[in-house]
Amino acid sequence: MADTKKVKAHREPLVHIVKRDDMPSWKAWLIRIGTIVVSIFLMGCLSMMLTERSLIDTFEIMYRGVFGRIETGSTVMLWKYLQEIAILLCLALALTPAFKMKFWNCGAEGQALMGGLAAMVCMIELGKTLSYPVLLVVVIVASVVTGAVWGLIPAVFKALFNTNETLFTLMMNYIATQIIAYYVYIVGGGSNVIQPVAEGNLPVIGNNRYLVNIITVALITVLMYVYLKYSKHGYEISVVGESQNTARYIGINVKKVIIRTMVISGAVCGIAGMLLVAGTDHSINTDTVGGQGFTAIMVSWLGQFNPFIMVLMTGVICFLRMGAAKVADTCMLNASFADIVVGIVILCVVGCEFFIRYSVKFRHGKKEVKA
Amino acid sequence: MIVQFICRAILLGVPLLFGSTGEIVTEKSGHLNLGIPGIMYVGAISGVIGAFLYENACGNDAANMNGVLAVLIPFVCAVLGSTLMGFIYSFLTVTLRANQNVTGLALTTFGIGLGNFFGGSLIKLTETDMPSIALTKTSAFFSVKLPFADDLGAIGEIFFSHDFLTYLAIIIAVVVAFVLNRTRVGLNLRSVGENPATADAAGINVIRYKYVATCIGSAIAGLGGLQYVMAYANGVWSNNAFGDRGWMAIALVIFALWKPSSAIVGSFIFGALCNANNYIQGLGAETQELFKMLPYIVTIIVLIITSMRKKREHQPPASLGVSYFREER
Repeated sequence: MADTKKVKAHREPLVHIVKRDDMPSWKAWLIRIGTIVVSIFLMGCLSMMLTERSLIDTFEIMYRGVFGRIETGSTVMLWKYLQEIAILLCLALALTPAFKMKFWNCGAEGQALMGGLAAMVCMIELGKTLSYPVLLVVVIVASVVTGAVWGLIPAVFKALFNTNETLFTLMMNYIATQIIAYYVYIVGGGSNVIQPVAEGNLPVIGNNRYLVNIITVALITVLMYVYLKYSKHGYEISVVGESQNTARYIGINVKKVIIRTMVISGAVCGIAGMLLVAGTDHSINTDTVGGQGFTAIMVSWLGQFNPFIMVLMTGVICFLRMGAAKVADTCMLNASFADIVVGIVILCVVGCEFFIRYSVKFRHGKKEVKA
Repeated sequence: MIVQFICRAILLGVPLLFGSTGEIVTEKSGHLNLGIPGIMYVGAISGVIGAFLYENACGNDAANMNGVLAVLIPFVCAVLGSTLMGFIYSFLTVTLRANQNVTGLALTTFGIGLGNFFGGSLIKLTETDMPSIALTKTSAFFSVKLPFADDLGAIGEIFFSHDFLTYLAIIIAVVVAFVLNRTRVGLNLRSVGENPATADAAGINVIRYKYVATCIGSAIAGLGGLQYVMAYANGVWSNNAFGDRGWMAIALVIFALWKPSSAIVGSFIFGALCNANNYIQGLGAETQELFKMLPYIVTIIVLIITSMRKKREHQPPASLGVSYFREER
């Protein structure tokens, strides 16, 4: 026994992992997109097994679930799809500057809820007294400020005492949830439902109730791209993210950058909450954000912190979520099927990053390298 | 009243104790497993599936059921299910070196989805109108009390009236504390979490330690889900009932400062805090909602205080959340 062990120790291991130099980005994207396609295909096979329908059937149901009967001119589902993308994207965009700084803001859920709550409070308390334009401004400002404050609290402690932000922001989510539960209980009079409020809603362009949300998020996408890529702030964020010591050395005030970035992150989350409350539901409950704050974390990471790639990623994830929900609905599966599908696809994509950053070399392939 | 409150706190605390003991083992190897909530769901549903199949195999008759099997089958199922989840996590983060936060969150989404999916499907199989599965027969075997508990009055009720998983949780926490602090394996594990490169140079198999710690940690956490269904909920599974206890377990790790022995006390304090709203007189339903945030606020306060004091033994493992690649300088 000991003998064989000794012999083995002298042999080179069968596989050997080497860090790649930069892979050309088209190749990296080929791997990523390939993984997404393959994992979606696998999901199709999985639902095929569960529902005993053909693969083409399954994908057709998914397509119907996302786009509806678009060829007959009905665009209801399409707009719904765009709305889902807009909200998820908005949250993911909000997280991106923080993540780029290596600040793990897991609190998008809570920050968006608090932003939504602020909008709701203004709509209910001031709805009857203020004129519409003033009210609208108050609603927007209130939600942005509240979201920012909710992001500011963990940032201050991170900057001052290096408090673990992942767990701090996670806990802030649940505090926000309980505050909402409290408020809903008071306003709803024990019924746990707040009736939709007509005052202080975002304006409706044309006849489409989602268009304002979509335009707002499109605007934020472009702004965020410019902010991260071309502004001085964006540069400071990436330096702090790469190395705090370097940042200090070249004279960046790290504490200031952390706090400022988290204020922005929280504020954009607040906007997402405002879009949900004032723009979509006109009401609030503890499920308004519905766990999208967590999905947004994955989207932001998968999108490589690039807002435009994140648009694609949200597109894929929302497609899967709505499509799988439709499959589950049509084939009498449980609605949680959608969660499973999204979870597996994300796990696959996260795993595929390995093949972009490392290469696997087998024993015989590298003999001449190691003399 | 007080006795009942303490018992309730212990009952509520045990899933958290399992979850946080598991998470401590994982974090000591340098991996922040945010998949624990999902893993606990999977542990719970695996146990439920096992129990469901066994109850059906016995013709839904308690008389045909063997007590040992009725406990052992769900137990083994829960351990297997959650270990498998832990294996997925460690494969992605250890071998493929994926980002731990993202992997963990995806695993949570996946695990909760899995739990609710199978839960919902089983509910459909039972063809009742209730949105839940009742495995009361199996649960009865799980919550067998010590025979002398009733004779000892209040002391008996507080210390001896619980199901065996409660005692198992405490035993596991004590054993983990012992292994971590008093054995060579524990020392090696801690060194892997603090500085994997040094551990590697010292001849410790870093990859193996990380894998084993994550899988064992997940198995322990999965038992928390099982305890929740079988003891706390009396064998009734309903979707999403487990709630956010998994996150609380992760919070408890910080509350306990990465010490399993403090996690025992901490979990019961958390259980008490979760439950305080039901026992404080004269609270309206709306104020009760506010009281439910107590455990989270306490966690944040502990988090802040430990980071302010910067005591060396109160810090998380130094390489927590960082993937280890041997050839990286």
